[in-house]
Amino acid sequence: MEVKLKNITKRFPGRGRKEERETVAVKDLSFDVPDGTLVGLLGPSGCGKTTTLNLICGLENPTDGRIFFGEEDVTDLPPELRGVGMVFQNYALYPHLTVLQNILFPLENLKGKNRLSKKEMNDRAMEAARLVQIEGLLERKPKELSGGQQQRVAIARALVKMPRVLLLDEPLSNLDARLRLQTREEICKIQKKTGITTLFVTHDQEEAMSISDRIVVMRDGVLMQEGKPQQVYDDPVNLFVAKFLGTPPINVFEAEVKDEVLYFSEQPVLEVKNVKDQPVWAGVRPEGFVPGKDGPVICELDRVEVLGRDISVVCRHAACQAENVRAIINSEHELESGLGKVSFSLKPEKVFLFGRGDEERIPFGASCVSDSGN
Amino acid sequence: MNQNSNRAWLYLLPSVLLLVVFLIYPLIDVFIYSAEEGYNFASQTHSGVGTYNYSYVLHDPYFLQALKNTFILVIITVPVSTGIALLISAMLSSIRPLRQLYQTVYFLPYVTNTLAVGLVFMVLFQKTEYTDGLVNLMLQWFGGETVDFIDGPYWAKMFVLCFYTIWVVMPFKILVLTSALASVNPDYYRAARVDGTPKLRIFTKITLPMIAPMIVYLVITGFIGAFKAYSDAVALFGTDLNAAGMNTIVGYVYDMLYGDSGGYPSYASAAAIILFVIVLTITCINLLVSKRQLEN
Ligand SMILES: Nc1ncnc2c1ncn2[C@@H]1O[C@H](COP(=O)(O)OP(=O)(O)OP(=O)(O)O)[C@@H](O)[C@H]1O
Ligand SMILES: [Mg+2]
Repeated sequence: MEVKLKNITKRFPGRGRKEERETVAVKDLSFDVPDGTLVGLLGPSGCGKTTTLNLICGLENPTDGRIFFGEEDVTDLPPELRGVGMVFQNYALYPHLTVLQNILFPLENLKGKNRLSKKEMNDRAMEAARLVQIEGLLERKPKELSGGQQQRVAIARALVKMPRVLLLDEPLSNLDARLRLQTREEICKIQKKTGITTLFVTHDQEEAMSISDRIVVMRDGVLMQEGKPQQVYDDPVNLFVAKFLGTPPINVFEAEVKDEVLYFSEQPVLEVKNVKDQPVWAGVRPEGFVPGKDGPVICELDRVEVLGRDISVVCRHAACQAENVRAIINSEHELESGLGKVSFSLKPEKVFLFGRGDEERIPFGASCVSDSGN
Repeated sequence: MNQNSNRAWLYLLPSVLLLVVFLIYPLIDVFIYSAEEGYNFASQTHSGVGTYNYSYVLHDPYFLQALKNTFILVIITVPVSTGIALLISAMLSSIRPLRQLYQTVYFLPYVTNTLAVGLVFMVLFQKTEYTDGLVNLMLQWFGGETVDFIDGPYWAKMFVLCFYTIWVVMPFKILVLTSALASVNPDYYRAARVDGTPKLRIFTKITLPMIAPMIVYLVITGFIGAFKAYSDAVALFGTDLNAAGMNTIVGYVYDMLYGDSGGYPSYASAAAIILFVIVLTITCINLLVSKRQLEN
């Protein structure tokens, strides 16, 4: 079931004193979750991700805008008529019920023509339990389960009523790093197996990038960019998105464009065609550095971290916004670091220019300046 | 390990000492009194040891009356007051505007002097030569017969006593239950709503089990409190409760010690021990039942 948000705005009224202004949690938000895909909703804390989920499942009503499931306008439907399954940030498993009773709970609510017999209910619950591999834990109470198991029970409870849409609110935030990796793959697998349209909230960009078919990046309630993970990574529309995606994060330089050439601290580093003369932010992905003797970007070497296949070069550059520049290079490259300096040339497709004021992307056509060797 | 537990006992010593001096010792003392036959108050002597005091108390019609009154009071007021308190708290926590105001109003009786409240109840229910009292006026209004609730038939007096007791214990229960309700994580309700759970089912399947420990606490303390009722009866019917037929076990103990016909510490002690055994038994049953309930 395709989910469509059309110009959704949600305002929360200010509390108490009159001076306290209302909060705009979501502002003019429009995006689609295509049928049968897994979409990651991504953004920093407080950007309105949970609010967006609540709007989709009907726990909150939008101040403005419409929500569609397929062709059906569900904006005014109460949650129970929307057919959504939701996994809450803290799972919200009923602590006094066993795992099986928790999974059965949504089914026991079905009434009228949807009413199920005891046996049907049990079969459905078992099926859901099998899907998330918790058949052995059915008689336990939630507090007797590990975080990952609880999370799977929560997914089973959300899946058991065969929802049209599955919503997951930061389902992995309570898990440790290893379990997180494992469970996110499991979520991906379950989604592929069931084919349920899934919207998945996280503030961890790596998580979103790794399992989503598409990602939606939000900031302060406003949609920043939407698309395939690789596409958004390779083509960010503004500095925020560029900074938000990627580990290690993008290196941002205070730079200037003069006569279609990009300068870092008076040093020409890259030819940028069709860009007016102006000060800019230049973002360089860590993998955008190519070490070479004659490279125009000269940094003071701090340390080298060997990551196995790659090495991570931590160095300093006067124009860099952050304290360190971090470059990831293939370990086959010889790193020449005479006198504690390393020089790099830049891969133009890994360099993005942004306006100093609005931080919007400035497109350019490029060829490298002094990168004759490679 | 051993040294550790020695130290623990050392830390506990002050509170254990207090407990022994003010709780255990008096209890044992009362028990000894209750077993001493023919105790002479003036000479502090007794003629023997046995169960005569118990048998006297258990055959005393005043005690049997007090026992009956106490049981009726307990059986009616504990469930009714807990139930009503639950209802009111559930309503209080589902409304948003003026919630603070309602909470304050419901809590007012708790900080009001019970004797003063008893006086007000008397005025409301009593029938005198001058007036039938407000309640009787209302009864007449609806076409009923007037009844003297303070000096009239037994059931009417019992009704007022129960009514009064429920009214007095209600605020505390509401206070406990509203805070218990407020402490339930709202995510459970949100999850239930997404699953389309009807309101009543949310209440019985989620809210009630979540606040069950608090309800158990209220029922147990309610039982104990009602078994120890005395001042409520005095506030409504005066100090001569035996004459009014509205005595309670604690009232009986008091009368045996200090009442007009008093001066019998042995009988008083026996009655007190009987009360102690009853409360202990009921509390144990309560705990066992609720433990089994909570585990399921
Ligand atoms: N019920 C509410 N009343 C008033 N303001 C609210 C309410 N719920 C959320 N907000 C505000 O709306 C904004 C977005 O909140 P939301 O919970 O959607 O953020 P989030 O992206 O889920 O953050 P996190 O990653 O921390 O969970 C926040 O500024 C928050 O203070
Ligand atoms: Mg959130």
